[in-house]
Amino acid sequence: MSTSTTLEQFMEGIWKQNPTFVMVLGMCPTLAVTTSAINALSMGAATLFVLVFSCWLISVMRNIIPKEVRIATYVVIIATFVTVVDYAIQAISLKLYDALGAFISLIVVNCIILGRAEAHASKNTPLNAMLNATGVGIGFIIGLLSLGVVREVLGAGKLFGVSLFGANFQPWVVMVLPPGGFFVLGCWLLIFAAWERRKQKKESTQ
Amino acid sequence: MTELNTQTSEEAAPPKAATPTGSMIATLGLVAAICGLIIVGAYQLTLDAVEQNKVIKERRAVEKVMPDAKSVVGYYVFDDQKIEPVENVDKEPKKYPAAKLKFFAGYDAAGTLLGIAAEGSAKGYADQVRVMFAYSEACQCINGMTVVSMKETPGIGDKADPTKEDIVDKQFMKNFVALDVKLAQDMKALANEVKTVKHGRKANPWEIDAIAGATITSKAIGKGINASAQALLPKVVPNLDKIRSKKP
Repeated sequence: MSTSTTLEQFMEGIWKQNPTFVMVLGMCPTLAVTTSAINALSMGAATLFVLVFSCWLISVMRNIIPKEVRIATYVVIIATFVTVVDYAIQAISLKLYDALGAFISLIVVNCIILGRAEAHASKNTPLNAMLNATGVGIGFIIGLLSLGVVREVLGAGKLFGVSLFGANFQPWVVMVLPPGGFFVLGCWLLIFAAWERRKQKKESTQ
Repeated sequence: MTELNTQTSEEAAPPKAATPTGSMIATLGLVAAICGLIIVGAYQLTLDAVEQNKVIKERRAVEKVMPDAKSVVGYYVFDDQKIEPVENVDKEPKKYPAAKLKFFAGYDAAGTLLGIAAEGSAKGYADQVRVMFAYSEACQCINGMTVVSMKETPGIGDKADPTKEDIVDKQFMKNFVALDVKLAQDMKALANEVKTVKHGRKANPWEIDAIAGATITSKAIGKGINASAQALLPKVVPNLDKIRSKKP
């Protein structure tokens, strides 16, 4: 495998197959925990960790996992790393743990991870699987952050907990409530779709 | 998930024959063993830090409701009214049956007992609302309250959370400067139940004036304090001399 395709495998998840904006996967945490930039970043980092390590382990074991029980095996492996992340977040900050709540455990059923395991890690070498998983994980972090930043700035007037607009700012509270999540996600999807369409138009006229 | 399968696989495996059951069980067993090891390792590594975080969180809440306290001692209350410092219980866990209630005694620099702090919780609008309050013997009242955890609606219910300094309802916090929790004559319950009343209707010192628009959250705080005070104070107040003499 040449270096260019290795890089392609890595970049694919970040841009061409971005899990949030292109594949529209993992919407549950995307909408629920992006009330602030730090929550979004932590959730993304937790998912990245689980993604990279479970894809690595699945890839290492890909030749001995019988195809009849592969999904069960993947879920067990993914659940293991989710448990590790769960403990780690509790050890780092209980406040963060409270904020992310059940969504840490729900990483187990995140279709981004199961999808990567089934479509990529089970057919590629450990190094490639990890590279691809890292790309998708970073893509997911970018997705979550772009929601989290917008929602925190508009809904609380802060960014990463630092006040941006002084005392007179009246926060747009709906942005940190569930409807705000759908609203901001809708806007981002619109931007990406418009961009994609313009690119296609350009290509067809050439 | 067709778009996921656009990956060209490096080693397209030829269709295999059905795997024998024995090897399936062996593989699953191996995977489970590896995963078990990883989990136990992570648990052992993080256990101390997690425990410490919980203690720090509790201590922060105690410090918030008793800002003058220079040293804090935790106590357990047992069914037979006996109270025992947490340290003793933790050292000899087998000697004591499960303790039901926990509270903290705060002392100033000279070792004088300032008051006690305890946790209470009740169901709020979104989830359980956990509060920590301080009881002062001098006024037989609650003279401090903070929220340990709540998931109430941002901008509405979370105005009752004094840890969010920029949005907390200051009028609401005045309820917890001297909230009456005198014990009844028989020392078995509070003379007056702590009660949350609608905004602007507070008439008695044992009532909490709710935040307008966040009545459910205000009520949860009142209920949490009431339940905890009803259970704890009749057992603790007769023992205050013992706690006082045990200054650190």
